Amino acid sequence: MEVATKTQNTDTMSKNTNHLSGAEILVRSLVEEKVDSIFGYIGGAIMPVYDALYDHQDELQHYQARHEQGAVHAAQAYARISKKPGVCFTTSGPGATNVLTGLADAYLDSTPLVIITGQVASGFLGSDAFQETNMIGLSMPVTKWNFQITKVEEIAEVMAKAFYIARSGRPGPVLIDITKDAQIATADYKYKKCDFIRSYQPMPELDMSQLEAAAELINGAKKPLLLAGQGILLSGAEKELMEFVEKTKIPVACTLLGLSCFPTDHPLYVGMLGMHGNYGPNINTNECDVLIAVGMRFDDRVTGDTAKYAKQAKIVHIDIDPSEHNKNIKVDVALLADAKQALSLLNKVVRGAEKPQWMKSFKDFYQLEFDKVIKKQAYSKKENINMAEVVRTVSEQTNGEAILCSDVGQNQMASARYYEFKRPNTQITSGGLGTMGFGLPAAIGAQIGDKNAKVVSISGDGGFQMTLQELAMIRQYNLPVKIIVVNNSFLGMVRQWQDLFFDQRFSCTKLDNPDFVKIVDGYGIEAKRVSKRENLDAAIKEMLDSPNAYFLEVVVETESNVLPMIVPGTSVSEMRLE
Amino acid sequence: MQEYTITVFSENNIGLLNEITIVFSRRKINIESLTVSESEVKGVSRYTIVAFMDEGKVENIVLQIEKIIGVFKAIYFEAEEIVHQEVALIKIAISNKLNGNLEALVRNHNARILTVGPDFLVIERVGYKAGNQELFQELEPYGVLQFARSGRVAISTSQKDFTSYLKGLAEAS
Ligand SMILES: Cc1ncc(C[n+]2csc(CCOP(=O)(O)OP(=O)(O)O)c2C)c(N)n1
Ligand SMILES: [Mg+2]
Repeated sequence: MEVATKTQNTDTMSKNTNHLSGAEILVRSLVEEKVDSIFGYIGGAIMPVYDALYDHQDELQHYQARHEQGAVHAAQAYARISKKPGVCFTTSGPGATNVLTGLADAYLDSTPLVIITGQVASGFLGSDAFQETNMIGLSMPVTKWNFQITKVEEIAEVMAKAFYIARSGRPGPVLIDITKDAQIATADYKYKKCDFIRSYQPMPELDMSQLEAAAELINGAKKPLLLAGQGILLSGAEKELMEFVEKTKIPVACTLLGLSCFPTDHPLYVGMLGMHGNYGPNINTNECDVLIAVGMRFDDRVTGDTAKYAKQAKIVHIDIDPSEHNKNIKVDVALLADAKQALSLLNKVVRGAEKPQWMKSFKDFYQLEFDKVIKKQAYSKKENINMAEVVRTVSEQTNGEAILCSDVGQNQMASARYYEFKRPNTQITSGGLGTMGFGLPAAIGAQIGDKNAKVVSISGDGGFQMTLQELAMIRQYNLPVKIIVVNNSFLGMVRQWQDLFFDQRFSCTKLDNPDFVKIVDGYGIEAKRVSKRENLDAAIKEMLDSPNAYFLEVVVETESNVLPMIVPGTSVSEMRLE
Repeated sequence: MQEYTITVFSENNIGLLNEITIVFSRRKINIESLTVSESEVKGVSRYTIVAFMDEGKVENIVLQIEKIIGVFKAIYFEAEEIVHQEVALIKIAISNKLNGNLEALVRNHNARILTVGPDFLVIERVGYKAGNQELFQELEPYGVLQFARSGRVAISTSQKDFTSYLKGLAEAS
C-alpha cells in the first residue's frame, strides 16, 4: 500500500504543482536550475528537505560529507570545475556554522555557491531555541547575498534569485536559511527563472573611451606585461586571452588563482606572480612600461609593498567589480567589464611586434631562478625527497593534464610552482582565505564535477588532518581521486617563517603524526608510503595507473623552505632567491 | 581624517541596514550619525550617513556599499557639496527659573516652542548640529529634562537628479 502511494507520487510529480510542501518546492527549484549534485549533511531542521530529496534521487545525486566544511569545499571545487553553482544542504545551528569557513573562502575566491541551511520554526526565531543560530547575521559578511525564508510562498522566487545572484557578474556564495515550518507548509508551485534585480547590475556597461585608452597604451607599449587572474577562468576567456597575446606578443604571468588559464609551455608564458611566484615576472613588474591586469585584484600576496609597486608603469585594470578598481593600486585605465568581453573587444584593435630584448630579460631571470632555486628543489640531490620533486614528477607523468587540487602551505606553493598546467581550469586551491584542509574535499568536488578527469590532491601533513574524514566520501562514491600527502612532519610554511623571521624559535610547528597509511587503509582506500628518491617515480606511476582512489604518503625533507620569496613589507623587485 | 556625508538609496529590505553598517565597522570607522527613511519613491529608502575617514578610503567604501544587493546607489559628499540640517527637540521644566527669558532665547536661536504641557515645554530647533548644541547649552541652566536630536539629512547642491533616476528604476521593474 505504502509503496504504491510512493510510486504514484513520483509518477505524477512533474505534473502536479498544487499543494506541494515547501521542501518539495525547494527541491524542484534545484532541478529547474539544472542542479545535479548536492553536497550536504542531514540534521533536524533540514529533515523535510531531505525527505523530499528521497523522491528525486534519479535526478539529484546527494553526496554525504562527514563534516559540513567538507561539503562546502567539495561544492566549491565542483562549482569551479563544472562552472555551475555548488549546492549544499545543512541543518541549523552547528551544521550551519560549520559552513562559515567555506563561505568565507568562496567569497574571497569568487566561487558561486547556493547553501541551504535549515532553521528552527519561525515561531522560535530569536528565542535561543535548540540549534538556533542567527545565520543571516553570521553569514552576512561572507556572502554575496543571503536570505531567510519563513514562508512557503517565498521559496520558488528566492531560489531563482539565489542562483541568479550566485552565478552572475562576479560570482559568489549565497546562503538561504529556511525555517522548518516553511519547509513543511504547502503552496502551489510555479517556477520562474530570475534574470533581473533592479538594485543589482552584474554586467556593467563598458565605457568605450576607457577601452580606447587601454588599446592606445597597449599598442604603444615597449615592455608590457599581462597579469592574468581567475577572472579569465570565471568568464571563460582562455581563447580570447590566447588571441590577445598572440596578436600583441605580450608576456603573460598568472596569479595563483589564474594558473592554468594560459598554458605554461607557451613561449610567452613567464610564470607565476606573488610572494612565492617566479622571479622574472615579479622583478619585471617594476620594469615594465605598461601593466595589463585582467580579472585579478592586486592582492597583497601579489603586490608586496604597494608603495613600491609598478610605479614606473601605466596600469590598465580589467575587472567586472567596480569596487576592485583603485582599491589597492591606483590605475591609469579602469575597464569595467568581464575579462571575456573586454579582451574580445580589445582583440579587434590591438597589435604588437615581437619584443626580443624584453623576453630575454625574463629568460635570464628564469635561468637565475633555475640555478639558485629550481635545480636545488625540483631536482634535489639531498638525501631526502623535496616536495618540489614530487610535484614535478606528477606533472611529468600526467603531462600537465590532470586537475590539481592543492592544500595550503609549502605544499600549495610547490604545487603552484612546479606543476606545468597544460589544460584550462585545472588548478583548484584556496587563494584568498588560505584554508588548510581545503585540498582533499576540493579534489572530491572536482572529481564529481568532471567524472573523466584525472584528479590529484596534494596536501601537507597538517592540512590533511583537518578534513581527512572525507576519505569516507571517496570510498562511498568510488571516486578515483589520487591523494598525495607530502609529509615533512611540520607545519612547514609556518616553520619557514619562524626560521626566517622568528630567530628559529619553532613554537608549535612540529607535528607528531599518526600512521597515515594505516588510517587511509582503514577507510578502504589503497595506501602506500614512499621515502626514497629511487622509488618515487614508480610509486607515483603506480598511483596514477590505479583505476581507483589511491593514497601516497611521500616522506619529504623536514626543513626545506619555499623560495624565492617576497618578504612581507618589501617590494616585488626585492624578491629573495635565497 | 575628514568628514564625509554619504547618501545611499536602497530597497527597504530587512538586513540591509546591517549590511551597510558592516562596511564601516569592519574598517573600524565610527558612524557619527545615521538617518534612514523613505525617499521620494515608495519602497526606496534614503540613508544619510556621516562619518570621519581618510580621504583615500571613502571612494572604496562607497563602491563596497553599492556592491550590496539591494543598494541602488551610494554617493559621498564633502561639506560644501550639500545642504544639510538636523532637528533637535528639547524638553524643559516650567519653573520660575525661566523668568521670561525663554522667549527671547528661543527667538534668537531661530527655534520655536512646539508644545506646552502642564509643567513642561518642548522646544524645536532645525539647523546645524553646532547651533542645536548651543541652544541646548543655553537652556541647561533652566533645567533640561530631555534632549533628542536627529541625525543629519542632506541634499546635494549639484545637478544630479535622483528623483528621475529613482522613478526610472521604479518603472523598470
Ligand atoms: C585553517 C588554518 N589554520 C592555520 C593556518 C595557518 N597556516 C598556514 S600554512 C600552515 C602550515 C601547513 O602545514 P602543512 O599542512 O603540513 O603544509 P606544509 O606547509 O608543511 O606543506 C599553517 C598552520 C591556515 N592557513 N589555515
Ligand atoms: Mg607539513
